[in-house]
Amino acid sequence: MPDPEGQESRNAALEAFADTIIPGEKHHPDDRAVAGVSAGGGAVASGVIAVLESPEGGMAPALDDLARTLDEHAVRFRTEHGLPPDEREPFVGLRYDERLALVGELLAPEHPERAMWAGLAMFSFMAFDTGAHMHTADAIAAGHPGLAVLGFAPPGEDGLWRFPAYSYGRQLADVHPDTDPTGSPA
Amino acid sequence: MNATETTDVLIVGSGFGGAITAYHLAAGGARVTVLERGPWLRSEDFDHDFKFGSSATRVFDFVVGDGMSVLGGNCVGGGSVVYFATMPRAPRFVFERHGSIGRRMWPAVIDRDVLEPWYDRVAEALPITPTSWDEVPYIGGVFAAACKAAGHTANPSPSAVDTSLCTNCNWMMSGCRFDAKRSLLLNYLPAALSHGAEIRPLHEVQRITRLDTGGYRVHYNTIHEVDYRQQTGSGAIDAKVVILAAGTAATPVILQRSEAELGTMPHAVGRYFSGNGERLNTAVIEEDKVRELLGLSRDEENAYGAYQIGRGPVVASWDRLNADLPEYERFSLEQLYFPPGFGTILAQVPDATGPTWYGPEKKEMLRKWRSWLTVFTMSEDDNEGVFGPPPPTGNSERLSQQLLGFGRLRYRPTANTLRGWEVSDAAVRQILEHNGLSRVMPWTNDVIGAYTVHPLSACRIGDDPATSALDDRHELRGHPGIFVTDGSAVPGALTVNPAFTIAALAERAVPGIVHALRERGVDVRYGAPAPDGGGAARRGTAAAARAVLG
Ligand SMILES: Cc1cc2nc3c(=O)[nH]c(=O)nc-3n(C[C@H](O)[C@H](O)[C@H](O)COP(=O)(O)OP(=O)(O)OC[C@H]3O[C@@H](n4cnc5c(N)ncnc54)[C@H](O)[C@@H]3O)c2cc1C
Repeated sequence: MPDPEGQESRNAALEAFADTIIPGEKHHPDDRAVAGVSAGGGAVASGVIAVLESPEGGMAPALDDLARTLDEHAVRFRTEHGLPPDEREPFVGLRYDERLALVGELLAPEHPERAMWAGLAMFSFMAFDTGAHMHTADAIAAGHPGLAVLGFAPPGEDGLWRFPAYSYGRQLADVHPDTDPTGSPA
Repeated sequence: MNATETTDVLIVGSGFGGAITAYHLAAGGARVTVLERGPWLRSEDFDHDFKFGSSATRVFDFVVGDGMSVLGGNCVGGGSVVYFATMPRAPRFVFERHGSIGRRMWPAVIDRDVLEPWYDRVAEALPITPTSWDEVPYIGGVFAAACKAAGHTANPSPSAVDTSLCTNCNWMMSGCRFDAKRSLLLNYLPAALSHGAEIRPLHEVQRITRLDTGGYRVHYNTIHEVDYRQQTGSGAIDAKVVILAAGTAATPVILQRSEAELGTMPHAVGRYFSGNGERLNTAVIEEDKVRELLGLSRDEENAYGAYQIGRGPVVASWDRLNADLPEYERFSLEQLYFPPGFGTILAQVPDATGPTWYGPEKKEMLRKWRSWLTVFTMSEDDNEGVFGPPPPTGNSERLSQQLLGFGRLRYRPTANTLRGWEVSDAAVRQILEHNGLSRVMPWTNDVIGAYTVHPLSACRIGDDPATSALDDRHELRGHPGIFVTDGSAVPGALTVNPAFTIAALAERAVPGIVHALRERGVDVRYGAPAPDGGGAARRGTAAAARAVLG
């Protein structure tokens, strides 16, 4: 049975994790998943849920578990830090600095689940840095927030990149004295 | 009766080790079959696109291990399709290295002088040419000027890019759609095909068994063209001689999986893995300093701001390739472009107060992405990588349809390796932080361990059977007729980009393989010209080949 509410809270937890990795500005004033600690779009606005759900990425089957485990860690974190419980959204309900502290624990090299959380962090980055759920030329034309923050140059009319100006055009250092005629180290 | 297919030579993998041997043996008249696990893409298939399923994921294999992750090619042409085509010869001292074994690692019969004519053959084939300063992209220019300002030399590297065709788009990692990059798809492989070699893409070799005739049976699965996690069938081919050229991350795994039926493998199979001592640092360059300190500008507005423009690494500093320095303290530094994705994930924020590779400060660093300059270190590691028991198929358990999987390589850098990284990091800082030009931080190892695009040595040549899997003719000890000609045969880190040395060794291995085929009754000639017919470099290797073939 589809469970729209469960889906929504699952996505909110995943978005809150992705927003901890690459933060952005709130979509609307009531946005709870995005903490709103950075100007411009972050991983969430860049399409992290679409990237995570894409069949190509391979993460889709794990997402329910990841969101549930994240909330379980948040429940524990709340107890350990004397924070009030939040039955509905234990992770989403944390402040940004609290999310950062918890995510920091999960990503620490010695954490037993590190590989899982590092994977989620990598896919969050990929949404932001590459918009891997879209053709790059389309993503740029649509104002993809991550590629815009990077300043990734737009392609030419045929959708390909070319940089006709590319060189300062002169010798800028002395070459190593032991360079052979092929240009290799002697 | 179900007839099994037969061939004279079965080659696993179509990168440097596979393509070069395929060409020479087919040209000499042998029946050659190449099995390649990846797809076969042509120029027009090489996309400028990060979308999952475009060539940026189709042609790659990224295997996350325990403490070491390996990025390599996964397509016909192998690593040559994704590589940056920077092609220096290895410095002389490399061949004299002792590494962790306390004696010379390389076979006594090989040094730089011996390899020189074999390098020449590869240079003629691709071809490889020196780069001129007026073709150096902005990023290489800034690196060169920074080297000079800090009292260092810097060299434009020899390269297998035809700059007359290059658009400096910097998509070469996804395959070059302008044919500027001289991948194996443009030389050895078409020449092998024209001599009747057969190349089968989407065929992943699993294991090898022995035949009563003295030959071998090679077992493969066929792979779905989009979802590489799916096997669509399986089969086997019998061959008189088998050449393993599946790359360092895969060749030892195939041998490990074959051991139960083939018999004991040499101790060195799956051991002595080297990441070529690789390390990356990312600098965020102060644009005004480029103008003030280095006297450089692109135009009125931009001094540098050109991270995206160019074609991979073009300028390197070789000041620390000094034979007199102690082992593990020699390295080269090379300017590099890494597209968004791994490069952006692993870069760390200099002076961060919070987390260094993610979080708000990282996002601010990403805003300056156009002013990034990445420096690639190739140093002398300690061959400390070891492959654990093989996964059920291939060389990893795949997570994604393409690109991403988890392998069994374990790497714990020794004090020697760590020292090499430390002194090279300090050199990068000295060059790039000089007079406040930038702030630099190494990539983090916290996410996926150390990483390499230059895996080497897990099945190496050598004179000592205890520490080398192959003799100096690349034949697997105790298993006559099985040869290894890929990066895994190289004994240790090279302090420079390795593809040219891998290729030269593959060229050098061919006469020995011809000899093995003749012993098995196959009538094979040796002495084909360069793939385009050029014969100039052939003269240099004729005497060496005669010494092997009689
Ligand atoms: C991004 C990047 C940039 C690089 N840039 C440079 C550079 O500028 N200069 C340089 O010198 N080097 C560079 N390299 C490294 C270079 O590409 C490798 O050193 C070189 O390709 C190794 O050659 P090889 O023959 O060992 O294996 P590969 O070229 O990796 O070929 C192995 C082939 O075997 C196939 N294979 C694997 N397993 C199986 C199986 N079970 N069955 C069938 N086929 C299989 C693979 O798909 C692959 O096609 C770069 C590498 C990368 C990833």
